[in-house]
Amino acid sequence: MSTATSPNGTQPKQSFTSAASVYVNERTSLAGFVKELGRKAFPDHWSFLLGEVALFSFVVVLITGTFLTFFFQASMAEVHYDGSYVPLKGVEMSVAMASTLDISFDVRGGLFVRQMHHWAALLFIAGIGLHMLRIFFTGAFRKPRELNWVVGFVMFILAMGEGFTGYSLPDDLLSGNGLRIIDGMIKGMPLIGTWTSFLLFGGEFPGTAIVGRLYTLHILLLPALLVALVAIHLLYVVVHKHTQYAAPGKTQLNAVGPPILPTYAAKAGGFFFIVFGVLALIASFFTINPIWNYGPYDPSPVSAGTQPDWYIGFADGALRLIPPGWEFVWLDRTWSFNILVPLIVLGGFIVMVLIYPFIEAWVTGDKREHHIADRPRNNPTRTAIGAAGVTFYAGLWAAASSDILATHFSLTMEGVIHALQATVIVGPFIAYFIAKRVCIALQKKDREIVLHGFESGRIVKLPGGEFIEVHQPLDEYDRWKLVSYDSYQPLMLRPNARGKITVGQRVRAAVSRWFFEDRIAPVTRAELEAAHALHHAPAPAGELEAAQSSQH
Amino acid sequence: MAQDDHSGAELAAADSSHAAHDSVASPGTALITTDGFENPGFPPHRPRVTDEDPKRAKRAQRTVYTLFYLSILGSVWAVAAYMLFPIEGNDVDAVRLNNMFIGLGATLALFGIGFGAVHWAKSVMVDVELADERHPVGGSPETRAAAAQVFADADRESGFSRRSVIRNSLIGALIAFPLPAVVLFRGFAPQDQNPVELLNHTMWKQGTRLALDPSGAPIKASDVTIGSAFHVIPEGLADLEHGKLEEKAKAAVLLMRLEPSELNELPERASWSYDGIVAYSKICTHVGCPVALYEQHTHHLLCPCHQSQFDVANHCEVIFGPAKRPLPQLPIAVDDEGYLVAQSDFTEPVGPSFWERN
Repeated sequence: MSTATSPNGTQPKQSFTSAASVYVNERTSLAGFVKELGRKAFPDHWSFLLGEVALFSFVVVLITGTFLTFFFQASMAEVHYDGSYVPLKGVEMSVAMASTLDISFDVRGGLFVRQMHHWAALLFIAGIGLHMLRIFFTGAFRKPRELNWVVGFVMFILAMGEGFTGYSLPDDLLSGNGLRIIDGMIKGMPLIGTWTSFLLFGGEFPGTAIVGRLYTLHILLLPALLVALVAIHLLYVVVHKHTQYAAPGKTQLNAVGPPILPTYAAKAGGFFFIVFGVLALIASFFTINPIWNYGPYDPSPVSAGTQPDWYIGFADGALRLIPPGWEFVWLDRTWSFNILVPLIVLGGFIVMVLIYPFIEAWVTGDKREHHIADRPRNNPTRTAIGAAGVTFYAGLWAAASSDILATHFSLTMEGVIHALQATVIVGPFIAYFIAKRVCIALQKKDREIVLHGFESGRIVKLPGGEFIEVHQPLDEYDRWKLVSYDSYQPLMLRPNARGKITVGQRVRAAVSRWFFEDRIAPVTRAELEAAHALHHAPAPAGELEAAQSSQH
Repeated sequence: MAQDDHSGAELAAADSSHAAHDSVASPGTALITTDGFENPGFPPHRPRVTDEDPKRAKRAQRTVYTLFYLSILGSVWAVAAYMLFPIEGNDVDAVRLNNMFIGLGATLALFGIGFGAVHWAKSVMVDVELADERHPVGGSPETRAAAAQVFADADRESGFSRRSVIRNSLIGALIAFPLPAVVLFRGFAPQDQNPVELLNHTMWKQGTRLALDPSGAPIKASDVTIGSAFHVIPEGLADLEHGKLEEKAKAAVLLMRLEPSELNELPERASWSYDGIVAYSKICTHVGCPVALYEQHTHHLLCPCHQSQFDVANHCEVIFGPAKRPLPQLPIAVDDEGYLVAQSDFTEPVGPSFWERN
């Protein structure tokens, strides 16, 4: 933007690029954005790529999906298939199914794009899930980022909705059975169930409306919401600046990393192409959702060992784990607790995920901004809660494959279900306990290393015949990573201004005790000095000379 | 190096108070130690091999442009594959080759750009780290005061707080105006149908012959040998003009013949079977999947979706899994020509439970 019109109106000779940038800037004020954002420091860490995986696979989903819309016809009108796939020639099916077969068998590259779309959708949701785990375990949801956690959470739900609506579009046997299950679950809901199902399917299941309706959701409503939320999500990242891990020089008051232009842009832009390339590679070699093997939807046949897409597994598994008999007729109405309990439990689970940042903020009472992401070990209770949640989810997820587990490992169906029921109920407690102990043990190890140095691998024989391993003290940069974390003490119960101890305070104190009573505090300077003094004190002159010279 | 602009001492001082601008914010139950370590500031910069060795730097540059050239090659390859591997003549192999070679070309094109750009950034571009200052997200006190003033001015000028009748009537109107849109959603389902009525009945009625799924050929009782199982639809289903799948979704039946001695029938249903032949709804009472897997020697039916198991010998009661109710039984008989027919419709709604079912 250094070029300017000279006073007499003649322009100095300028390159095309600078002419173009002047043209654009004078119409868009782009220079301001570039000045503001172009040299922003962007903290760098491999775990920050998980969100990018999600974002970039979403872009791939949008690109490939747009191509598919030019060929797919969302109609449930009956036709006799007349495409290239011989085994299904003449079979009656919906136009949706026939057009999906045409994309796969009659459009050059159509199968490639369709497979890339499906794989990208699977990776999109997996990317979001892993990104959320990273955010959770490092406490990156703390003030000021709580609302961005909520935005991300909503995107996770919408992404699963996108996945399921897309999965249902080809109107094949597998997806039709998926819809049948959804229909059965909706019908099981009290009061509104029957009518909701009737309205959704435009009459009786399966009807002729559902594919068209899901298509509108799939290519219009849900993507529009997702794109808007992605924009908000990234805007928040600009407003908050990215978190960073504790490291020398990095503070709550700075954001350290390579500049957006050029390094970060090149890395992130390159990474987009790598994610795209990985998806293209998978789509070139690995079949996904071979609807031609399943055939068109028919309410009567079904094959054994059917599996939903991975992200629906936890819900399907929850349905499978309900013991027999959880349904009652009461007040002349049917109460299907075999449907309601999974819905309520899963609903409760995801609401807990949604509100966790607010719970933790309430427990700690910490109103400061946090821009340094935690190491998971330094908040053992949070990490343990996360481990319990992951175990719960994993148990449900495994249950969606209970029949396959049983056949592959020659187990009884009943045995697998009972084992997974136990996993879902007891597993989280075990995982909580183990994760918490591991975190505390790791914290103790960190303290040990800070206080006494790390094992150098150098063995020294003392004059008395004793062998010792020389411990090498940390330099101040390495030490900083191990000592710079927040430690909280349990909340003390104190009467409020009116001399009362409220129930809320009692609960908060109890939760706070649960969170922080067995905390490990970071090493202080006094402790380190004391530890050093200890090393010096008992050593008679000369005896530890070799060890000391390398230690201090 | 931008980081050199910040002395380590400055950064450390800022950190020891957690966040200077945040000093008013409560730390809650966080332990504020006065004896913590100080942030040592940025460690010395470590040059990369490409910074120190001109040969390595040259090689990195060559790698980058080679990758970009490979990408162009990949794109050309994908275009060529589109033409060289057509899909012709009902050949599944051609589809596979078309998919694979277009895909490989595209992969090379994408990887070339991706790895080239990342390698450029990591090995060739100047290795610089910047440190940006963070500011409180809430903005400065002046900004907040100015924003509050804007709202105060807007409120004063509009009378939003003062003119409560105007304000409340607007809120009322805003609540009411989406209601017509909600009502429009009633049009999602036909106006002249009652779902409960529909769910209570199927196509079966007295005298409807049991026919094979999918051929529609009627079944003679004499064709049903002991131990066999048939997938059954009502005769005439295939001839329906409309609603074929809707009817099938309710009327699908499994027909099995057991040794009469193994069949433990309820007394009131003694006349519902014929010579050990029984017919049960195929639609699972859990969430409606077809209960399509029959294990002959145990007489168990298994739903492949959620593993509910039903015991055919004991009027299809649930022996495992999340389903509650037995599969409804279709009362059958034999007509004059020896074909199996239904005595009536099912005596209860088939398929998944619903609220109004009782």
